[in-house]
Amino acid sequence: MAELTAHGPAHPEPHAARAAAAVHEQGQHHPLKVYFIVWGWLFVLSACSYMVDYVGLQGYLRWSLLLLFMLLKAGLIVAVFMHMVWERRALAYAILVPMFAVIVFVGIMAVESDYTSAIRTEYFGVAK
Amino acid sequence: MAEISPASVPDRPRLPGWRGIVADWSSDQRAFKSASWKKAMMWIFLLSDTFIFSCFLIAYMTARSSTTVPWPNPSEVFGLEVFGTELPLLLIAIMTFVLISSSGTMALAVNYGYRRDRVTTARLMLATAALGATFVGMQAFEWTKLIREGVRPWGNPWGAEQFGATFFMITGFHGTHVTIGVIFLLIIARKVLRGDFDTGRAGYFTSRRGGYENVEVMGLYWHFVDLVWVFIFAFFYLW
Repeated sequence: MAELTAHGPAHPEPHAARAAAAVHEQGQHHPLKVYFIVWGWLFVLSACSYMVDYVGLQGYLRWSLLLLFMLLKAGLIVAVFMHMVWERRALAYAILVPMFAVIVFVGIMAVESDYTSAIRTEYFGVAK
Repeated sequence: MAEISPASVPDRPRLPGWRGIVADWSSDQRAFKSASWKKAMMWIFLLSDTFIFSCFLIAYMTARSSTTVPWPNPSEVFGLEVFGTELPLLLIAIMTFVLISSSGTMALAVNYGYRRDRVTTARLMLATAALGATFVGMQAFEWTKLIREGVRPWGNPWGAEQFGATFFMITGFHGTHVTIGVIFLLIIARKVLRGDFDTGRAGYFTSRRGGYENVEVMGLYWHFVDLVWVFIFAFFYLW
């Protein structure tokens, strides 16, 4: 209780706040080298995805390579450029865990569109 | 209301794994100990934006996999003829590299911001904005080309009618994000150049003092725009 009154919003401590802000501003200091390495990898991975199309790979090999390069690129951007690896886990989990809802939604709609496709083929024939 | 100063709540030491997450979430006042309110809010906004883009991409997936009419081949649709040879997806590839370059310059801008190098930060942000504007310009070119070839939201010359609708919706929404990003990059770059974050000048709308963290928060948005493009590139153009 004593702690609450001492540090509650009614008694702001401007000096301490400013000091804290200054301390906070020193955060996310990383050597430039890290950024250049990630930058380079993003170029390489993009070129790889483009090559998948250019060479004309088809089927599961094409799709799995595209997914692999896509996820690697997304991971690098979120982790390093957006500094997620250096944030506390509470923030990282709050942002990243809800992504599973998207994956579930993809699953639901994949099943649904399969069904729609089957019905269309059944009743309307294959082509218009 | 007075601001709750971060200083009044000392950071507890990090506990490993799940215990750390539970301890942070169940503690008083702040769940995100090291992230300021602006960074946390930007992340939460980006999460909601992720859901919007996910819905568009999932709608696209549903349309494409449920249609009985063949989907137009993006490799050919977005091909470009250069000096007589047909190059698949050339413009899209260049757009991708432009956007990645802009992400790199933005990351450097954030870094130089924390070093309090005002001029370099502003220059890098302006470079980012220029690359973003280039991207939007190329997108306008791409849209013009496709519209001239007869692509409409309700049909196109090559196959499934949903192609146009999903294309304009997804790339249009992304292009809008890039455009808004460019505008805000220019605004923040001007503030950096003027020294607002060194002198503690109050913002025009917020009346609050900004800091070089604003550059990082701006960067989060910009990297997100690049991130969304990674998914559009893979799912719409290459799939």
